Amino acid sequence: MSDQQNDARRTARDHVITARGLTRRYDKTVVVDSIDFDIARGEVFGLLGPNGAGKTTTILMMLGLTEISSGEVSVLSFNPAREPLKVKRRVGYLPDSVGFYDQLTATENLAYTAKLMGLPRAERVRRIEAALVRVGLADVASRRVATFSRGMRQRLGLAEIIVKRAEIAILDEPTSGLDPQATQEFLGLIGELKSEGITVLLSSHMLDQVQRICDRVALFQAGRIVLMGAVPELAVKVLGAGFVVEVEAEGLGIARRLAMIPGVTQVETLAADRFRMTAERDVRPDAARAVVAVDGSLRRLSVDEPSLEAIYARYFQVQPTGDVRHAA
Amino acid sequence: MRREGSPFQGLSTVFVKELADHISSVRMLMLELLIVFTALAALYEAINSLRQNTAEDPFLLLRLFTIDQAPLPSFVAILGFLIPLMAIGLGFDAVNSEHNRRTLSRILAQPIYRDALLMGKFLAALATIGISLAALWLLVIGLGLIFLGVPPGGEEIARSLVFLVVAIFYAGVWLSLAMLLSIVFRSPATAALVSLGVWLFLSVLWPMLAPAIAQAVAPSDPRYALLGLNDPATAIWTQELLRLSPNDLFGEAMLAVLSPSTRTLGPVFLDQLHGAVMGAPLPFGESVMIAWPQTVGLVAGTIVLFASGYVLFQRQEVRA
Repeated sequence: MSDQQNDARRTARDHVITARGLTRRYDKTVVVDSIDFDIARGEVFGLLGPNGAGKTTTILMMLGLTEISSGEVSVLSFNPAREPLKVKRRVGYLPDSVGFYDQLTATENLAYTAKLMGLPRAERVRRIEAALVRVGLADVASRRVATFSRGMRQRLGLAEIIVKRAEIAILDEPTSGLDPQATQEFLGLIGELKSEGITVLLSSHMLDQVQRICDRVALFQAGRIVLMGAVPELAVKVLGAGFVVEVEAEGLGIARRLAMIPGVTQVETLAADRFRMTAERDVRPDAARAVVAVDGSLRRLSVDEPSLEAIYARYFQVQPTGDVRHAA
Repeated sequence: MRREGSPFQGLSTVFVKELADHISSVRMLMLELLIVFTALAALYEAINSLRQNTAEDPFLLLRLFTIDQAPLPSFVAILGFLIPLMAIGLGFDAVNSEHNRRTLSRILAQPIYRDALLMGKFLAALATIGISLAALWLLVIGLGLIFLGVPPGGEEIARSLVFLVVAIFYAGVWLSLAMLLSIVFRSPATAALVSLGVWLFLSVLWPMLAPAIAQAVAPSDPRYALLGLNDPATAIWTQELLRLSPNDLFGEAMLAVLSPSTRTLGPVFLDQLHGAVMGAPLPFGESVMIAWPQTVGLVAGTIVLFASGYVLFQRQEVRA
């Protein structure tokens, strides 16, 4: 009995967001179709999927900004449909292509939302200054937001979450439309949030970035979560193996030799002298031996981390999608 | 189940921000200049004509508001025409611009309800109009003092204050209409065009259409026409139809309050005039009673339009 209670308390503490059978219907169209997930405290969780797969709607339901048709979601053990203010006081949200009041300066924009958060004046000034320094906008704090680039606006949006001292940061497509350097900087900032113990929930269709920073991902397709877990787990599940080894070597019948190595599930010939093997384990020593055995010249032997892109591509290849809705 | 917290949390923040935006905006400056210059022209004509007719009128100050000197209409008529323009100018992009700037979801992710945002925007725009009208009112009184040299009496001040209050509610009707349209239409240009269309229809076309419709609904009896009189049934229909327009309600209320000798706003029978001293001014309270239904009509219009906008806004999707 007491074990069960402990267990329940621990789950409640460890899971900051819990969704059960969460569904959103517009008239007859089901946008989010009975999804379940748990997000642990301090985790970086990625929502992936094509546009219109239901990621943004899921996020809005968590914030109480759109109605929940059925099912339930609890955020920090509050129900966002009933206690939206409590949820919104603790959760920071950076919408998809966030907007600011162009005629106001960066500080004024943050001051407005900080006032809405109910922060007293002194606290407001202090937090805004610190947040702007942290996201690297201190120099332009008194410039009008109209002059800001997209990357700067995104960072300003993140500064708002920092001002709020949110326990959960929800970022919707935070890096779409950013140049590579801005993306790098932004991902660095997200990493900092994580190291402070803030739970980060982020939606994206930029797979390599998601893979780089997310502990776990959920793959959305037409309103359902079709895959969920850590990237290496998913690789095993979808690709059937965890290791992709690329061999660059010259010699006769190498492909055949490579295919004979135990544990190798597939060998693709990419070019006359390049092969890609998919295997259940690290087969690099065996591959080297195989090349030497046919008297070939081995030029390169590399192992790929299982890539989310491969998982994604493979998954949608295996299960051709009928109706992926393309809505913004 | 009740939702937690107060719907007015954050109201004052939104109010202050929107008020500052309005007051410092170029748009507001242009609207104010337009109104001040047109009103000054009307006042100038009024003052000229009043100086010639020597001041025997006990309500000289009120005459400033109502006297019209061709080709210019009276000060009140000009305001009746321009207040809607000002209200539409402040309200037509209230909600859809937040959508288009993509600030709406960010603001609503703060711990406030949508109520506070909509209400704050409405009150801020109304306060802006109120401030401008109060300034205009002071301007009229000041010019009256300088050029006519007659200090206004207490009753005149009271009557002109009623004018100020009714004018603010009149602006409220148009403001809530413009805000309703800013919720319905995602494009500010569409919302502006539709509200301006409604404004032109009600202030220019409706006064011409209403008698025609009344004629169709209640054709006048040829016997009245032979006597050179209007058929009372047609006249009443015309008036009822005209009263659907807030412009007409404002005009009637102002007539009752600013022209103290107005005894009624509708047709009267001769026996109802029995014992009346024609042309004698009515006491302040009686004039207000005559204007009361029109004022209530304006307040009710404001509330109904605002409430419909409120309901639509609550159900609207926040995503752009």
